[in-house]
Amino acid sequence: MITIEALSVTIAGLSPGDVERWIAQDWLRPDGEPGHWQFREIDVARIRLIHELRHEIGVEEGGLPVVLSLMDQLYDSRRQLRRLREALEQVPDEARQTVIGAIRTVT
Amino acid sequence: MADDPYKILGLSKGATEKQIKAAFHKIAKTSHPDLNPGDKKAEERFKSAANAHDLLSDPEKRARFDRGELDGAGQEAPPRGYYRDHAETAAGARYNSRFSEDDLSDILSGMFRNGERPGTRSMKGRDTRYSLPVTFVQAARGGPQRLMLPEGGEIDVQIPPGTITGTVLRLRGKGGAGAPPGDAMIEIDVGSHPFFTRDGQDILLELPVTVQEAVLGGRVTVPTITGSVTMAIPEGSDSGTKLRLRGKGIPAQANRPAGDAFATLRIVIGPQDQALRDAMRARPVFDPRHELLSSVDMEV
Repeated sequence: MITIEALSVTIAGLSPGDVERWIAQDWLRPDGEPGHWQFREIDVARIRLIHELRHEIGVEEGGLPVVLSLMDQLYDSRRQLRRLREALEQVPDEARQTVIGAIRTVT
Repeated sequence: MADDPYKILGLSKGATEKQIKAAFHKIAKTSHPDLNPGDKKAEERFKSAANAHDLLSDPEKRARFDRGELDGAGQEAPPRGYYRDHAETAAGARYNSRFSEDDLSDILSGMFRNGERPGTRSMKGRDTRYSLPVTFVQAARGGPQRLMLPEGGEIDVQIPPGTITGTVLRLRGKGGAGAPPGDAMIEIDVGSHPFFTRDGQDILLELPVTVQEAVLGGRVTVPTITGSVTMAIPEGSDSGTKLRLRGKGIPAQANRPAGDAFATLRIVIGPQDQALRDAMRARPVFDPRHELLSSVDMEV
């Protein structure tokens, strides 16, 4: 967990004002409350990503919600797939092979 | 020998600062690891492009590289975490998309329920719900039942043996009209029985016997959920003796054997006469409460 001041040191060129604005837009969901935000690893990684989207990939702030929404849906799906894989790991091997075989035949 | 930063960015030696930046941004757009979670090589491409950009955008480093004093590795950037490393773990649920409410189990149960291809769902008829009261014996034994629909018509329902209250039977295609039609969801409400009760797969019954039957033994007729059977009462059976009728409980199904019926004897004296009273007076005195009282006295 790090504070907003530590963030600016971690990510070069990041301004606390940007971060506050992104939180207000619900693009970031750190712990804590205004003035006392606490950022976990995932928040820091997301801030770095948003920063890069803006400054290296050329996404304007107005286009960010579209990119973030599509990306969040992508990771939702990947989390669900991961859960499915974990669930399949728990069923007997024969049942798992049946499912895998069925997946191969379905187009 | 590390790769040539010019080559990595697809530039010639004379590239301008602006061209270097543009070349890096072009690679970042297509290869950012967080936007390509399924591409293991994306991180490598992005990292080498970022390194090349770092080296070439610093005039001093670029000049040293051009003079051959520095190799393409430049100053390796310290390892950094990517968003994708977190987003796919449980921590990623923090940024659940507000637009996808589908849970995996919902998606899967929806698919298996209908056994249909996605895309046809919108035309499917809606599911209808009904309640079907059945007697204790009907539910225990299982079998066909007819449900009269409030809106007219009827549905034949096959009750599985041993059905309990709250069980919902789904009849495919018997619900609202559509293509395909919806399902009928029938909730079973099982009545109680004046004599039978259930314990899992077993049927319990209290069986009244006469003093003679209890003392001398004999054969008696006992009702079960599938009809009456004859049972032997052993000589000298006390009230409370539990006798088993093997296989006379809930009938067997594909995945489980039949339950048993248990008759618990209850001695009924019945109409009394002088002869019975005389016979009782002639009996030697016996205190059935001896053990009971002595165990209590020990603690008091």
